[in-house]
Amino acid sequence: MEAFDYLAPHSLLEAYAALGNGRRSLMLAGGTDVIVQLREDRRHCDQLIDLKHIPEMMSMKLTPEGRLEIGAAKPLAEIYEDGEIARRFPALIDSATIIGGTAIQSRASFGGNLCNASPAADSAPALMALAARLVIGSSRGTREMPVEEFFLGPGRNALQPDELLLQVIVPAQPAHSGAFYHRFIPRNEMDIAVASAGARITLDAAGERIESVRVALGAVAATPLMVAGANTAVVGKPPTAETFALAGQAAAELATPITDMRGSIAQRKHLASVLTVRALEGALLRLRENH
Amino acid sequence: MARTQVQSRINGVDTDFLCEPRQSVLEVLRDELGLTGSKEGCNNGNCGACSVLLNGRVVNSCCVLGVELEGAELTTIEGIGNPDKLHPLQQAFLEEAALQCGICTPGFIVSAKALLDAEPHPDEHRVRFWLAGNLCRCTGYDKIVRAVLKAADQMPEKV
Ligand SMILES: Cc1cc2nc3c(=O)[nH]c(=O)nc-3n(C[C@H](O)[C@H](O)[C@H](O)COP(=O)(O)OP(=O)(O)OC[C@H]3O[C@@H](n4cnc5c(N)ncnc54)[C@H](O)[C@@H]3O)c2cc1C
Ligand code: FES
Ligand code: FES
Repeated sequence: MEAFDYLAPHSLLEAYAALGNGRRSLMLAGGTDVIVQLREDRRHCDQLIDLKHIPEMMSMKLTPEGRLEIGAAKPLAEIYEDGEIARRFPALIDSATIIGGTAIQSRASFGGNLCNASPAADSAPALMALAARLVIGSSRGTREMPVEEFFLGPGRNALQPDELLLQVIVPAQPAHSGAFYHRFIPRNEMDIAVASAGARITLDAAGERIESVRVALGAVAATPLMVAGANTAVVGKPPTAETFALAGQAAAELATPITDMRGSIAQRKHLASVLTVRALEGALLRLRENH
Repeated sequence: MARTQVQSRINGVDTDFLCEPRQSVLEVLRDELGLTGSKEGCNNGNCGACSVLLNGRVVNSCCVLGVELEGAELTTIEGIGNPDKLHPLQQAFLEEAALQCGICTPGFIVSAKALLDAEPHPDEHRVRFWLAGNLCRCTGYDKIVRAVLKAADQMPEKV
């Protein structure tokens, strides 16, 4: 590993100042991606800026309106151990509990998972299904964007060099909705998704017709993928197996996967469809359980 | 390269050390402090041989930097039990023959201790998922899981 300096700012202002000092910077949240990448010479920096001493980065708040605000560097274990959050946002917990194993989850953060921008990042489709937004900050101010606009390509995100991801915001979820995230891996745990899907379904008040769905896929394109066509295909229809199959078809059509050691193009296209259908079924089950 | 001074508490003892920012906690333990109980298997977060407890939570010490220990409390395998009084996990690993070459054992004991500290009586499913980040090339895992369950039987509600 090349040598670098370590900085541990205690405020955002200090962090922004460090980012502006002209040296090559990398951020350190849980370190489960960046430390390994530095060691393997896949990334380089003059200074590593530890975000964990900045209160905003480690905070977590559920507002009275049911909106969840998570500091970008908050460790996953501290999120899923919160019973109220697990109850309100089970799809978020679906993803947080499968990123690595116990020891990884003690350190790894949603912010790091998103900024690392792997097409297979498990938090991405879950957060996209939940219509999460990201708060980005710099010395110039803050801006917000939907999580699906954050990914530009493998390992590339929408942050400017002087910007930090500050918060992940999960809005209060609509009435009569449920959400679910899962992935396909050949083992039971500790593996990277061959393909994955997150879904949220919202029904009308009678529970008979689909008002909207949000379907997002992982590991089947250069970035996590929002399947807008799934919503078009099912809106207004009853939540049945035939309807969900249409969403699955839209997912498979949009997917542009590659063949690599984890899976082939054909397998991943098939998985996009199957995982979408099952994510919708899982989301519907949760919706029904809550009402 | 400049070395940084870090003040931490390791196995209950206030410990000051010097390290380079690029050195992992695992390297600090083994190369600077002579605590060689934590093992290096993969050096990339996959095998769990380097597991330690950082402020009570299990982490892979190869994926944490020594400089991140400033003000932190660390427990390594050297801080669990002693030759005169083994931890129930260590006793159960011996009785159940839950190790062969032994390189994975410190990591399994540390990780399992974190589980039993949080949940004294987990079921088999829970034990297997909790230990999914610890790899063993020798035992086939069954004996390890049995040993953890046996230790759990002997745990008081909180240790
Ligand atoms: C054994 C193992 C298993 C894994 N399994 C999975 C898995 O199943 N699924 C999965 O999706 N991932 C997995 N990962 C990858 C990794 O653990 C996750 O991506 C994790 O969420 C990264 O979070 P972190 O806090 O550790 O990020 P870090 O490593 O600290 O940071 C990651 C990147 O994001 C940048 N960064 C972090 N925070 C910010 C911020 N607030 N603003 C700007 N830039 C920032 C850093 O500079 C770095 O480039 C695994 C990793 C290991 C080692
Ligand atoms: S050596 Fe740290 S996880 Fe393998
Ligand atoms: S006993 Fe040899 S690796 Fe586990």
